[in-house]
Amino acid sequence: MAQQSKEKINWDGYLTLAGAILLVLVNVLLISGKMPAYYRGILGFVGINIILAVSLNLINGITGQFSLGHAGFMAIGAYVSALISIHLKWPLYLALICGGLAAAFLGIVIGLPTLRLKGDYLAIATLGMGEIIRVVLLNLDITKGARGLTGIPRTTSIYLVELVAFITIIFMVNLMRSTHGRALLSIREDEIAAEAMGINVTYYKVFAFAAGAFFAGVAGGLFAHLMGYIAPKNFDFMRSIEILVMVVLGGLGSITGSVIATIVLTILPEALRGFAEYRMVLYSALLIVIMLFRPQGLMGTRELQIEEVRKIFSGGGDKDARD
Amino acid sequence: MLEVKNLHVYYGQIHALKGVTFAVKKGEIVTLIGGNGAGKTTTLKTISRLLPSKEGEIVYKGENINGVKAHDLVKKGLIQVPEGRHVFPLMTVQENLDLGAYTRRNKKEIGQDLEKVFTLFPRLKERRNQLAGTLSGGEQQMLAMGRALMARPELLLLDEPSMGLAPLLVREIFGIVTEINKTGVTILLVEQNANMALSIADRGYVIETGRVVLEGDAQSLAANEDVKKAYLGG
Ligand SMILES: Nc1ncnc2c1ncn2[C@@H]1O[C@H](COP(=O)(O)OP(=O)(O)O)[C@@H](O)[C@H]1O
Ligand SMILES: [Mg+2]
Repeated sequence: MAQQSKEKINWDGYLTLAGAILLVLVNVLLISGKMPAYYRGILGFVGINIILAVSLNLINGITGQFSLGHAGFMAIGAYVSALISIHLKWPLYLALICGGLAAAFLGIVIGLPTLRLKGDYLAIATLGMGEIIRVVLLNLDITKGARGLTGIPRTTSIYLVELVAFITIIFMVNLMRSTHGRALLSIREDEIAAEAMGINVTYYKVFAFAAGAFFAGVAGGLFAHLMGYIAPKNFDFMRSIEILVMVVLGGLGSITGSVIATIVLTILPEALRGFAEYRMVLYSALLIVIMLFRPQGLMGTRELQIEEVRKIFSGGGDKDARD
Repeated sequence: MLEVKNLHVYYGQIHALKGVTFAVKKGEIVTLIGGNGAGKTTTLKTISRLLPSKEGEIVYKGENINGVKAHDLVKKGLIQVPEGRHVFPLMTVQENLDLGAYTRRNKKEIGQDLEKVFTLFPRLKERRNQLAGTLSGGEQQMLAMGRALMARPELLLLDEPSMGLAPLLVREIFGIVTEINKTGVTILLVEQNANMALSIADRGYVIETGRVVLEGDAQSLAANEDVKKAYLGG
């Protein structure tokens, strides 16, 4: 067991290092203005997807609550912030925060009754929630229904997306280092034992749901102000599934895993464009292959990877300090 | 320390507890014995408020705890070791023990208690970096008990610690239960293994289909003909 986890740690450390180098290179290109618009667009999606995947990981991976409604929270954040920008003309950061808070509020309202449900039932309830949100958006006047909302100020920059993605990751790393993080993990591991140890299971589940929804809402707001146009079809069930795939592929509970899987899965379909109609077949086949070879996800379920990231961030990186 | 009066508990239509009454005094080891499905686990879960009761009263340290939340009882010193151990499988032994002290803040006291747990269960110390899910059944039971001790219990509820363990291990675990009791922890022990339970308990209650049918001090229960026939295999 120890042997196995050591291998994983090294692999994780190298990947983080590679990621950091990649990030620097990408930003040098970006700042120098040499990056074509097409790649800038992809980069924006990568950042937004990272926020979505890492925040869904808090709910699904770390707390173990199987939610399929992340696109719904994203939609709330996108529409609320877009409407604020269009009608109230508030500054972007306020619009984003309001979008996030609206999503978090909805997370609490929906979370309190549904988090009593377990496993499959929770998945179905959250799926239903996401669809209800979409249908409501389709039918409201203020959202302009299926035609979608146009004229959203395109005030989001790639740098802002990167910054928010970074803040999301830092928030999660810090959370996981705290006793709250331990409490959340213990709920995933064994709810009965968690409650028996004095952990307020309901509170933490709702907290994870609300915090996850907040970041999804902010991601939605960034998306709206990056595209300038949103429609309910941007936030359908498949969107939730895409984010879920990133989390599962990266490893439930592993933040580094989520980030890497998100980068790969966002770029992959674009890179496969040359294969035209076979693109999605290849994409799906790759997913299957990865899950066959690493059924626990790229990074596994353990949270020790997060510890590693912390060590690397804090300049340590002592691989054996854990033992 | 604990008084349970006329407890009625339902699972939907199923009337699982039909007026259970018993008491545990400070410093005692009291055992609830009874066969499979008698209602022992239901009784413990109801005391620790993991299950709601329809009727009846639970008084702990003079306070009616019917309305208290399960997780709030831990701070009051009422800790349960659930049936089937329920360790956190993907966490190490050490991390499991740390979570036992979740409601506590005094690092120094927690450190002292960790040493005490390692003295009681040297095997946990040897395996402190091993994932709990990879421990043997007996070790998991020890971990579940050690984790509960990290919460500094005044009253410890143990649900069938002998379940699925070899006789030698059961003896070891029960020896440790006596040790824990000697450090001033009051113990309510639920067991199917009446023989072992009565050998370490001060008093006992026999529970059958949701009712207490017999009570007395441990020796007289062990000597009782009905108890012998039903639970002691002779
Ligand atoms: N979750 C449940 N739903 C319905 N009935 C249950 C449930 N748990 C226990 N019971 C029933 O309640 C009774 C008491 O069970 P339990 O307290 O687990 O017994 P014991 O711990 O003494 O073996 C049994 O008849 C059992 O079938
Ligand atoms: Mg039982």
